[in-house]
Amino acid sequence: MSEDIVLKAEDLTKHYGGVHALEGADFEMKKGEHVAIMGDNGAGKSTFVRQITGVEQRTRGKVWLYGEEVNFAGPLDAREAGIETVFQTLALADDLDVPDNLFLGREKTFANWLGPFRILDYKGMRKATLAGLEKTAVKIPNIRNTIQNMSGGQRQCVAIARTATFQSRLTIMDEPTAALGVQETEQVEHIIKTLKENGEPLILVSHNMRQVFDLVDRIVVFRRGRICANLAKADTDPQDVVAYITGAKTGEEYRESAL
Amino acid sequence: MEETSHGTGGLTFDKSKRSWPNEMNILLALIIIIVIFEILGQALPYMKDQSFLFDSRDRFDSIFNEARLKIIILQVAIIGIIALGVTQVIITAGIDLSSGPLVAATAMIAMSLAQTELVNGYPNPKAVFGVWAMDLPVIIPVVAGLIFGAMIGAINGTFIAYFRIPPFIATLGMFMICRGIALWWSGGNPVSFPTESFKSIGAGMMPVFWFLSLAVIFHFILKYTVYGKHTYAIGSNEEAARMSGINVKRHKVLVYMIASMLAAFAGVILSAKASTAQAGMGEFYELFAIAMAVIGGISLTGGRGSIIGTVLGAMVFGVIRSGFTFVKLDGSYQLMAMGGIIIAAVVLDQYRQRNKA
Repeated sequence: MSEDIVLKAEDLTKHYGGVHALEGADFEMKKGEHVAIMGDNGAGKSTFVRQITGVEQRTRGKVWLYGEEVNFAGPLDAREAGIETVFQTLALADDLDVPDNLFLGREKTFANWLGPFRILDYKGMRKATLAGLEKTAVKIPNIRNTIQNMSGGQRQCVAIARTATFQSRLTIMDEPTAALGVQETEQVEHIIKTLKENGEPLILVSHNMRQVFDLVDRIVVFRRGRICANLAKADTDPQDVVAYITGAKTGEEYRESAL
Repeated sequence: MEETSHGTGGLTFDKSKRSWPNEMNILLALIIIIVIFEILGQALPYMKDQSFLFDSRDRFDSIFNEARLKIIILQVAIIGIIALGVTQVIITAGIDLSSGPLVAATAMIAMSLAQTELVNGYPNPKAVFGVWAMDLPVIIPVVAGLIFGAMIGAINGTFIAYFRIPPFIATLGMFMICRGIALWWSGGNPVSFPTESFKSIGAGMMPVFWFLSLAVIFHFILKYTVYGKHTYAIGSNEEAARMSGINVKRHKVLVYMIASMLAAFAGVILSAKASTAQAGMGEFYELFAIAMAVIGGISLTGGRGSIIGTVLGAMVFGVIRSGFTFVKLDGSYQLMAMGGIIIAAVVLDQYRQRNKA
């Protein structure tokens, strides 16, 4: 398999008891590509993301990352392999500051022989935090502020900056602007464009049609647990995508499975 | 907002922008309480212008009333050691109710291994074990106590983390189990007559030494180690901690083990100080320890609190106790005042949090 394929999934399936949340999803993305995942509520978008990132264990199917088959036992495995995820629920600790959150679960430390009592390298983490924020063009007035004192946009930026601090090989964002105001959304979109310029691959789960058409190269539509369309941005338009989302239309190659 | 939108503003790490630490408020409260007692000492007619903390005798070799200072801290030192542990538990959004009875159970166990063979030339009348357990080196009862504490903590933590029993229930059960163990250990009889070396670890100001040393150690651990960071992270957002790859379950077991080991150590020191162990020891200690942490600004919903705060909370506790004795008011008033202060501390803290958000 080519090294140019960042992520490939074959027959990815997840059943929760009798509920078929995700059924036979085949997915592929190339280096530097930004792909949007769209679909109605419960269509399987988040389930798909959770299988890729090791948050849940898939029922069936295979996943390759940069040509290498992967089986993540947990989110930390996925992260170590280079998949950074900005979850819908943000996954930030409110009482901690920016560097603490960026490095949560993978702190820079001294005296590692001390086990759980190894000593935190605050200075090193602050430096890396500032570098990561710079790279993503995220502006936060004071990184020593705790998350609870920040606006929704700033929180989202911290969550995104986390992905940039660790040389991620694939970034996944699950509805990064769903809860944000206009100006904050603009800020997050600016960061995504920065990632695009740096050639960093991204999967964007979003409901926002304008945003998707602004930011990504390709759109994959999910419906009732199945992929029903795979559209290059140039070949489609918002009405077309809506038709796929609502079920008025189904992609040629997916017709059989979507019945 | 202008500062945060792209293109303007800047990346800063500005020490001067640090917020007013919560601990300063507790220190302020402590000072205010001391001033109140100082004024009462001057104003109350029957007090004859005594000073609460300053040396009011006609001597110039000391500024403070050292005897009172010593008593203030000595009488909170042992519960303070428990409070250091319960602070960590509460930071993870848990609670530990088992520490008081654990003090008693550990005191019984440790004292049984710390007895002398001969008391005034006669065999020890309170002997629990045979001659093999007499006159052992001091390290043995101490380590036995700590191991017992670690076991109890591991059980608490396992039920809470792996079986998802609410901490309140799990440690309430352990509260009764430990009191039962303390009563069963020697059939309700006190265990007494320890070796001189065992007495020495709880003699005089030793409890204060242990309390303050452990406070310094755990202050460092909570602030500067991965253990501390993860403890705060779990209490702040357990889901986020899990998603960040922290082994939340294992960490919780560790926190409960450390808390119980601190309570067990308090039991060892208490029995050494009292030269005896009784099944009824440590009554209400678990609640007083929680109260110290609460006065010290901890949040029962987790994520917030500090060792410095808890030490200051313990000092408030000690000052009020000593102050009521100073103005010759009965212990019943003490309890009422303490209760009021605990509630006031939480009300003030919530008010502060709301205003910040």
